[in-house]
Amino acid sequence: MAEELFEIEESVPVNTVESFLRMERMPHIWCPGCGIGTTVNCFAHALETSGLDLQKVSVVSGIGCTGRVAGYINLDSFHTTHGRAIPFATGLKLANPELKVIVYSGDGDLTAIGGNHFIHAARRNVDMTVILINNFTYGMTGGQVAPTTPLSATASTTPYGNYEQSFNLPYLAESCGAVYVARWTAFHVRHLTKAIKEALAKKGFSFVEVLAPCPTLYSRRNKIGDGLDQMIYYKDNSEIRNGADTKTIPLEFQGKIVVGKFVDKERPTYLDAMNEFYQQKLGEDYIPYKG
Amino acid sequence: MKADPKGVLTGSHFLDGDHSCSEGAIAAGCRFVAGYPITPSTEVVERIASRFPYVGGMFIQMEDEIASSIAIQGAVWGGKKAMTVTSGPGFSLMMEHIGLAAMTETPCVFVDVQRAGPSTGLPTQPAQGDMMQARWGSHGDYGIIALSPNSPQECFDLTIKAFNLSEQYRVPVMFMMDECVGHMTERVVIPPADQIEIVPRKFYEGPKADYLPYKTNGDLVPMMVKAGDGYNIHVTGLTHDERGYPSMTVPTQEKLIPRLVNKIKHNAPKIVEYVEDQVDGAEVVVVTFGITSRTSIPAIEQARKEGMKVGHLRLVVVWPFPEERIRELASRVRAFVVPELNLGQMVLEVERCVAGKARVELVGHPGGTVHNPKDIYNVIKKSAKG
Ligand SMILES: Cc1ncc(C[n+]2csc(CCOP(=O)(O)OP(=O)(O)O)c2C)c(N)n1
Ligand code: SF4
Ligand SMILES: [Mg+2]
Repeated sequence: MAEELFEIEESVPVNTVESFLRMERMPHIWCPGCGIGTTVNCFAHALETSGLDLQKVSVVSGIGCTGRVAGYINLDSFHTTHGRAIPFATGLKLANPELKVIVYSGDGDLTAIGGNHFIHAARRNVDMTVILINNFTYGMTGGQVAPTTPLSATASTTPYGNYEQSFNLPYLAESCGAVYVARWTAFHVRHLTKAIKEALAKKGFSFVEVLAPCPTLYSRRNKIGDGLDQMIYYKDNSEIRNGADTKTIPLEFQGKIVVGKFVDKERPTYLDAMNEFYQQKLGEDYIPYKG
Repeated sequence: MKADPKGVLTGSHFLDGDHSCSEGAIAAGCRFVAGYPITPSTEVVERIASRFPYVGGMFIQMEDEIASSIAIQGAVWGGKKAMTVTSGPGFSLMMEHIGLAAMTETPCVFVDVQRAGPSTGLPTQPAQGDMMQARWGSHGDYGIIALSPNSPQECFDLTIKAFNLSEQYRVPVMFMMDECVGHMTERVVIPPADQIEIVPRKFYEGPKADYLPYKTNGDLVPMMVKAGDGYNIHVTGLTHDERGYPSMTVPTQEKLIPRLVNKIKHNAPKIVEYVEDQVDGAEVVVVTFGITSRTSIPAIEQARKEGMKVGHLRLVVVWPFPEERIRELASRVRAFVVPELNLGQMVLEVERCVAGKARVELVGHPGGTVHNPKDIYNVIKKSAKG
């Protein structure tokens, strides 16, 4: 009997994602129904099949609920300051170009306080993957309005509704020069996993926007249900349009969501451009920078 | 360890303080600089930008000082020695990241070529108004080291020292120049590389399973590893335990933060550096730093000529402050005179250490130019009379 029991235990499928997590830090801080964890699951699966040397992978986060991702990932991971994950990642990557650097952070972090860094890293085409979790709000601080909050949505600092136009992030990323741009939701786990894997394989500034529910501070406040209701909304209202013109895909409050891969192109990275340029200008005197 | 000869321009040069600082950084092994242009510091990064392609360095002009001051920290965790360079307005923008470097114990150098403030102030003119900001500018408690050169030669020598101290104690080091020293051109002698002592980063080399990133071995300074070495490190600005994991509890705070303060406080006797001239037996001691040390010399000499017993104590390391020495002198001298290009910052430290045992006289100046030595002389004379 004992032997049989042992066998039963053995056959319990191993959750392969666990090896990517600092299990000793569980339980995590995220609320029930929060979409961030789902995206981390996709990220771990993408890493698992990426073929990357995990010892050379670093995850950098800013501050926020999403910013806590770095703390749960069992790789070299950096939890920096609010909005500044991208410039930290820029320094890290340029110091050691062998590293694969992923920035994982929230919409407020990366596009409000960190917006300047976002546009410049995309412009420079610094080789990094940016995964942005867009929950339309500042979750960590209690659901304030963000540059991504749709018009008319309610937030704690727009108690009568938001009257500011929000960002269309794929359009922003593309116009600044990102070489890979995709948008998915926490519902699209397979597509999202694939997109992250593609982004990781890309050389240059790759960007994946992921819409994810924040039931606690966005959807309940806006009377559009909890996490599950948001997933159903994503399922029913998303339209996959790979290659869509990013200009045409802004997000509206509970409106249609265009998802897909919009940009996948080649452009010299910051480092390649620098090395090539200096080699032309300075000739043999120049030692190509390798970190 | 000795300096890498590849970066060292051994010989006698005619350099301004800014350029000399760049050469000091290169000699110290700095191979990552991020900055944003601002007078009067820009020449430091301009020289770095022209020199780095030939020494295997990475210079990047970031989009602002906030980005610069954290890009260098990413670079340090990637294995580089790194610095950023700025002046008042940019220094103000960097404050959050000085705290991050202190909290995560990221060795790096912040150069501030001081100009007159507040705000945009006098962009091209000198001041020493950021001295307290260098010590206390970021929120919360932490220890810090700050140096203040008074010549282009010291801009070279002390930049190397700044890097060495940052590695030894794993702290951000503030390099507090001023517009005068930055733009003053003098002879700078760069020694051969094998005469330049470099403190290498203290990397952990034991078994991976035993490594605790924030555990110290009695000396208050933990050993580092870098990204890509296979340690799966976690680095956070949150209050963290020895594993580096967030632990937002009072006991963790009570363990971590005093250590960050004490690693500088307890090592202060080893870190402090000052230069004394005729301090023993003096009735009046003039306490100076940076450019003010040089404008004080004619005043001190004049007073001595007239028979006054005047000593000169110049701070080379400004933070930690040489409190022991000032305390000791306080019971012996009649007065301290503190000229500075601000309206009273380091004088507060002198007053604190003197604790009423002697007179302390500020010779303040809001900046824009240097002191007229006569103003310093007048205060010395008044103080000597008691
Ligand atoms: C300089 C600074 N300003 C403000 C904050 C407070 N703060 C922490 S997280 C956050 C917003 C996070 O929003 P987002 O990036 O969207 O992350 P989410 O929590 O929604 O995942 C703010 C404003 C801070 N930590 N630092
Ligand atoms: S507040 Fe929102 S974003 Fe933060 S953990 Fe809770 S559900 Fe997730
Ligand atoms: Mg958010």
